[in-house]
Amino acid sequence: MSTLDTTISFIVNGESRTVQVPPMKRLLDVLREDLGLTGTKEGCGEGECGSCSVRLNGELVNSCLVPVLQADGSTVETVEGLARNGVLHPLQQAFLQCGGAQCGICTPGMLMAATHLLSHNPHPNMAEIREGLAGNLCRCTGFIRIFESVVAAAANQTVNKVASGPAHAR
Amino acid sequence: MSAHATSRIVGTPVPRKEGADKLLGIARYVDDIEREGMWHGATVRSTVPRALIRSIGFDQEIDWSEFTVVRAADIPGENNIQLINADQPCLADGQVNHCDEAILLLAHPDKHRVRQAVNAVRIEYDPLPPVFTIEESEKQQTVVWGADNLLKSFLLEKGDVDSVWASAAHIIEGEYRTGAQEHLYIENNGVIAEYSKESGVTVWGSLQCPFYVHRSLLAVFNLPPDKVRVIQTETGGAFGGKEDYPSTLASHAALLAMKSGHPVKMIYDRIEDLAATTKRHPSRARHRTALDGNGKLLAMDIDIATDGGAYSTLSPTVLSRATLHSPGPYVCPNVRVRSRSWATTTVPYGAFRGFGAPQTIFAIERHMDEIAAAIGIDPVELRRRNFLHDGDTTATEQVMREPVILDKLLDRALAQSDYYGRRSRFARENPLSPIKRGMGIAAFYHGSGFTGSGERYLNSLAGVDVTPDGKLRVLVASTEFGQGTNTVLTQIAAEAIGLHYDDVIIAPADTAIVPNSGPTVASRTAMVVGKLIERASLQLVAMLQQHAGLPVQYSRSDFFEACERCRAANGEVVSRCRYEAPPGIYWDDQKYRGEAYPAYAWSVHVAQVAVDVVTYSAEVEEFWAVQEVGRVINPVLAGGQIEGGIAQGIGYALYEKVILQDGHMANNQMTNYIMPTAEDVPPIHVHFEEIPFQHGGYGAKGVGELPHDGPAPAILNAIKDATGVGFNSIPLLPEDLHRALCAHETVEEPAAV
Amino acid sequence: MRGDAHAHQLLAPGNLASVLQLLADEPGQWTPIAGGTELMVAYAAGRLNIAKLVNLWGISELRFIETKPDSITIGAGTTFTDLRHSAIVTEELSLLDKAAGWIGAIANQNRATIGGNLVNGSPAADSSPALLVYDAEIELSSVRGNRRVPYCEFHTGYKQNVMAADELLYAIHLPRRFAGHTQYIRKVGPRRAQAISKVALAATAALHEHVINEIRLAAASLAPYPTRLRQTESVLVGAPITTETIRAAQSALLREAQPIDDIRSTAEYRRRVGANLLEEFLRKLIPSGDAG
Repeated sequence: MSTLDTTISFIVNGESRTVQVPPMKRLLDVLREDLGLTGTKEGCGEGECGSCSVRLNGELVNSCLVPVLQADGSTVETVEGLARNGVLHPLQQAFLQCGGAQCGICTPGMLMAATHLLSHNPHPNMAEIREGLAGNLCRCTGFIRIFESVVAAAANQTVNKVASGPAHAR
Repeated sequence: MSAHATSRIVGTPVPRKEGADKLLGIARYVDDIEREGMWHGATVRSTVPRALIRSIGFDQEIDWSEFTVVRAADIPGENNIQLINADQPCLADGQVNHCDEAILLLAHPDKHRVRQAVNAVRIEYDPLPPVFTIEESEKQQTVVWGADNLLKSFLLEKGDVDSVWASAAHIIEGEYRTGAQEHLYIENNGVIAEYSKESGVTVWGSLQCPFYVHRSLLAVFNLPPDKVRVIQTETGGAFGGKEDYPSTLASHAALLAMKSGHPVKMIYDRIEDLAATTKRHPSRARHRTALDGNGKLLAMDIDIATDGGAYSTLSPTVLSRATLHSPGPYVCPNVRVRSRSWATTTVPYGAFRGFGAPQTIFAIERHMDEIAAAIGIDPVELRRRNFLHDGDTTATEQVMREPVILDKLLDRALAQSDYYGRRSRFARENPLSPIKRGMGIAAFYHGSGFTGSGERYLNSLAGVDVTPDGKLRVLVASTEFGQGTNTVLTQIAAEAIGLHYDDVIIAPADTAIVPNSGPTVASRTAMVVGKLIERASLQLVAMLQQHAGLPVQYSRSDFFEACERCRAANGEVVSRCRYEAPPGIYWDDQKYRGEAYPAYAWSVHVAQVAVDVVTYSAEVEEFWAVQEVGRVINPVLAGGQIEGGIAQGIGYALYEKVILQDGHMANNQMTNYIMPTAEDVPPIHVHFEEIPFQHGGYGAKGVGELPHDGPAPAILNAIKDATGVGFNSIPLLPEDLHRALCAHETVEEPAAV
Repeated sequence: MRGDAHAHQLLAPGNLASVLQLLADEPGQWTPIAGGTELMVAYAAGRLNIAKLVNLWGISELRFIETKPDSITIGAGTTFTDLRHSAIVTEELSLLDKAAGWIGAIANQNRATIGGNLVNGSPAADSSPALLVYDAEIELSSVRGNRRVPYCEFHTGYKQNVMAADELLYAIHLPRRFAGHTQYIRKVGPRRAQAISKVALAATAALHEHVINEIRLAAASLAPYPTRLRQTESVLVGAPITTETIRAAQSALLREAQPIDDIRSTAEYRRRVGANLLEEFLRKLIPSGDAG
């Protein structure tokens, strides 16, 4: 027996979207395949790595664990919704400055976790930052510069790590 | 004209070249890409470790006419993957030699159907005796590879080790073991392949070495070089795990593309990637060391064994580096290293950051602490007395002609960490606390680039050209996978020519576009390829000055105008350089003597570890890394490499265990293969010293692998400091600590009923 | 991803009564799915052999925390984030608050429900030890009405419980009588987050003049299902806290515990650490200054 598709309507990054998909299709796959939003990644399919993190009705979730039926009528925010008109979100700017992204595959999920953290706690201490990001695995950075990026974004200033030397052309 | 006293771009933290795309979520990894008419591939794998394949059956509830099925007989060329030896089949043919070995390939338009069809293939086996450990393989009672299970061996000798034992003041022995380690890149292996009679094979994929894949596809398909094209897609982490494995995956997808007539995408899920792809070689190292009454090393007798898995893949070169790093950064007049890599019926082991060095550096740096304890010297002092200095020779009789500043690195690491202050404090506090704290160190080098004559053999070619829309373009086969290739090489080119950082782009790592500048491995990119780019850039300027009217003092616009004059005359603006070996590199591959590496990076690590005697958990509370790596091209990227490497090293020491049952990885899910999270990594303090290496790009040496060498021994040395118990095997899990610490308890455990 | 979306039905009747009716009409045919943090993992691994699923997510009748004079009632659809954000849980059910913070990480806590944690019935379940030492009561609903079962009687074997085929776990009731008790909870896992318990211990105890009047102990992964450590408790009830009673209690725990070797840890380690956690708790009960 093959399940029939169902209509899912939701607001994704501020835009109304409607898809016809099986109700058990993962929100992750609907975002990537039906909506073409490939910024959200699959790293494990088990809710361990967080690279599929999105904000569902404002709450951080692993989209690999959400049957899309449960997102009907909801708002979904993904990494593609962070920048406005090509201008990097302050958190993205901080990651760029501080070296918070290396290979970049964990980055979309990490950014969603960080925005979620800062939306609830605009001035987190280090323990709170670590807890807020504990569900997002990064194999490249050792997390150190991700923490620095979040601290910099929270302070709403860019951290210049250059000890000395002339300003370079941009 | 290299290593300028002041630089505008080299040495500054310019933002990652492809950073914005990654942050915006628009960087395209292979699974983000679709090709028209694309099908999906899946692999049918062995469920037994060693057997003859008796039969292959297909359940009749599936309509197999919808599927393409590929087996070994469909391979047009050679059924093997080209690496050092060509002993690994692309597809098993009649026999399997490890669990999860690929036997059949399936393709179908629907990625769910193809996945289900894997379960509908029935394979019957006639089992053969397996071999699962180094010890079993060494016995050679069951031979599973070649004539004697021996994939490779080396013998390195200096002086006369056996002349020393009788008169030595101290002889200390020890055995040290390291387990397998999984790369756990967050992006699993994946490729897309297309095939046509006209163009041949095209592969896009998550990979480190497009020309390795290219070479392997030529053999599998029996095609000429211009009929195979390999293109690296944005790669979500590699760490060596995408150095050789992609050749196998690319061959699989391309075979399916050829037979089905459709592009085929093959993306592993985590369950498959963990089970079926390469990991770090497990090792065993035995040390027997003689010292004089002053704690000076007289002789080192070292026996190394690695587990190579079922096929040789990169075991010979991993063993080479393991051998050459095994004596540590010490002066010792008599050294013998016997090393062997043994075949077992497990998934072949492969490249992983450090490439044999983390294994044997763990051994020597743990052993130094055991020696110190045995002869009653401070482990720091023992190292000082034996460190290499300028002019000393190594175990291969390489003279240290470049400065060696281990003392300075050690001093700095001890000062920054307040090593002695903390040790004193912990000695006072530990008896009163269920948390036992300790400090541990490790000192080590990491050879930059390929061993000996490896670079001559690679004969790398790289270049720069200028695009019609006014960009300088770096042309290399070096790939970006987070470590900073794109940024560092474009920084070097911009610096050399005097352009803005934004004037320089890097060509895609596409074998149809870029020259073969060698694989992205061995911490060679900034040093070797960076030097080629530096030279090619300067050569371009010289060429424009000679032939296109570029003045001696030129502005940015002068440069681009001269480029257009050159394009008008020649149709292109390009400059290429081939590798030139630094003078005086002499290496004897038979005797393993001479200049083992063109350059070394040096490092001292300090770990503060807390052991909780209630739970037997060990955690790293703080970590310091001081290193000399030549010129730091980009301090943010270089610092990120050290921090990331240390985090992986912490995982290697305390968290990451590959659990094999009958040679199959039983914990092949992220919930059961444990890497440190953001709540587990300690603060990591990084300090660079820079002694520019004149033969490296702008003075650079290798950075990427160095940091993975030190954490495991530093941590276990700290645990010994904390608990008084020396552990010689990693991963060291709480269950292991429990067994040893309970054995030391005076309170008897009541017998359980 | 080894699951096939087309192989599963997922219905969303949208309210409790309709869900109960569905469970009654086809008993044992429909598996409820709330946050999906267990079932979706099995689905992606190709191990979800359940064709029919009924959605509980979004049914507000199941997601509540209600305070009455003598008890606190938590709806089965309450997430672990809900628990952590609840003032009454933080104040009066601190062990449950701490346990809620152990679930995976933030994203898992936002979706995992307390009902799902209990129905899944893993011996390593994070919320179970706290509920056991708080004398929780489970309320089960069906079209036939509601009934209550002491939580300590809910689990009957490895991943087995007393629920009938047409029943839904509706709520958990917690008596408000442990505020004055000394409370303890600690989880031991392979890392600080995203960790499945190797062993955990929860405890509540009331002392009267340095003698244990009441004691409740519950562990994770020391039995095939979450359960109280009754034999160990019996050694401690009426006893003063001395080195001898601590050792006797540890011996009792070592005998009572039935841990196993599995992919995450060993029986030997679990048993020993369980005994260490017990000692750590009992030492908290020693009034400061006593030589005990």
